[in-house]
Amino acid sequence: MGDRKSDGRTAVDRGSDRELVVTRIFEAPVKMVFDAWSKPELFKLWWAPKSNPFALLSCEMDVRTGGGYRLAFGRDGAEAMVFFGKYLEVIPPARIVWTNDEGEDGAVTTVTFEDRDGRTRLVMRELYPSKEALDESFIGMEDAMPEQFAQLDDLLASLAASV
Amino acid sequence: MVQYLPAHLDASFAALSDATRRGVLEQLGRADASITELADRFHMTLTGMKKHVGVLEQAGLVTTEKVGRVRTCRLGLRDLAAEADWIARRRQVWNQRFDALDGVIETLKRQETADGRQEE
Repeated sequence: MGDRKSDGRTAVDRGSDRELVVTRIFEAPVKMVFDAWSKPELFKLWWAPKSNPFALLSCEMDVRTGGGYRLAFGRDGAEAMVFFGKYLEVIPPARIVWTNDEGEDGAVTTVTFEDRDGRTRLVMRELYPSKEALDESFIGMEDAMPEQFAQLDDLLASLAASV
Repeated sequence: MVQYLPAHLDASFAALSDATRRGVLEQLGRADASITELADRFHMTLTGMKKHVGVLEQAGLVTTEKVGRVRTCRLGLRDLAAEADWIARRRQVWNQRFDALDGVIETLKRQETADGRQEE
């Protein structure tokens, strides 16, 4: 299981049949939190948690309306999964909207940063084209793990078990 | 504090707060039943039972299907455990990510403080 220390501070909800909403308060001004989301050198420090079996190999982000991004994850230097899309709207330091174009039925993600007496209330909404797309959406690299790695892991586990 | 209770769970809890409705779920767990059968079993009027089933249906706990003049009720497709698990897994991933973001923010704050001191 993951770190439960701050479990109560991240709220996850289905905003509607096809929308996932994640909310959290950060103890920092809006500008700082926005920077951490929009500067690639900061973004790459936190987006892929250390427990992740895959490393973030490259992180290209052109955070402005009409700009694009490309995040490549992999293992042993080989790209295993690439996430990419376009920024539909960027309003510093209040709002970032982007598409997730790596698969069919990708969500449109909207992140808003609201000032709460010097702290930041962050709301992230992922709007999917259908209820089914949200139900089947993957969340992290654990879910997005390409089949061959899953198969390899299964194989290694069964080998270990049979020893 | 804001209550972060997902709307559908709200509906589920409200639906489960009534003893008759819990009984109906238990009954439907054994076998599908018509509204008339449920009304008889729980000694209620047809209208009263229709209301209870309506609440359960709204919460996704029961589905109904009308064939001819009989409305058959069965346990809903929503599996509460699966639903909770679906949310929990997403929450775990985002929580880890945001804990890491907290770490980055702490570093930024320390840098800002250090820079501030240098300027003084």
